[in-house]
Amino acid sequence: MQYRSGITVEIVHVSGRTRGKVMLYALSTCVWCKKTKELLASLGVDHSYVFVDLLPEKEMEETMNQVLRFNPKGSFPTLVIDERRCIVGFREAEIREALA
Amino acid sequence: MTAPRMPTEDEVSALHERLHREAEEGGYHLNPDRAFTRDLVRGLLVNTARYGYASCPCRLASRSRSKDLDIICPCDYRDPDLTEYDACYCALYVSGAILTGKQQLRPVPERRPSPDQRQAVIREVRTTTIGGLAYPVWRCRVCGYLCARKDPPEVCPVCKATKERFERFI
Repeated sequence: MQYRSGITVEIVHVSGRTRGKVMLYALSTCVWCKKTKELLASLGVDHSYVFVDLLPEKEMEETMNQVLRFNPKGSFPTLVIDERRCIVGFREAEIREALA
Repeated sequence: MTAPRMPTEDEVSALHERLHREAEEGGYHLNPDRAFTRDLVRGLLVNTARYGYASCPCRLASRSRSKDLDIICPCDYRDPDLTEYDACYCALYVSGAILTGKQQLRPVPERRPSPDQRQAVIREVRTTTIGGLAYPVWRCRVCGYLCARKDPPEVCPVCKATKERFERFI
């Protein structure tokens, strides 16, 4: 993802079975984010993730604006599927069902 | 910013041990899942190194201590979450029911106000007064400890929250 500043934000893409556009907004220190990231990996679905706390200030602010569009609390993990469905927190059954 | 230096296993063990001891002394419990809890303790150390305060590992810090006072661990939301969900937001602290396996962990929704509503809550000033008291009463925003004295203590004797996290209650 390219921002006006020209800095490429570190969004990591993980290849797998296509289940729509799956984006995980996470924190590098958050254990529930880690569990969500591991669940996505174990499900083998194509997805991307970003550690918001590691972003430079400007990119962090722009990324938080994206998170807030789907999750007004701005909490983590926030999982966004096809820019429509949003699952907040490590809700394993709900995530499995949404990506089945 | 770049990823900060990871704390050593010894540093994690030392803080884990201290938090466990302090929790039990105050009637609280750390999560008995050792690997899980060590990850959270590691997050607290990373945040302390990064921001200068032990911000909740499961919340995004603002880099401003005064704006994040409510999410310095133990956070202002720990006790209501323990009562309602048997765990705090990140599940570092759990209830006796979880500790003994009578209750299972479940996701705890974020109790902290949204960014657009946060300032109003933090600026809320208590105006309750009762005439004739010899001393003001201070309340620890983390654990509810009350004390009647000229100023709040340096550190809460129950939960170890620092002085600036006390509010004037009466």
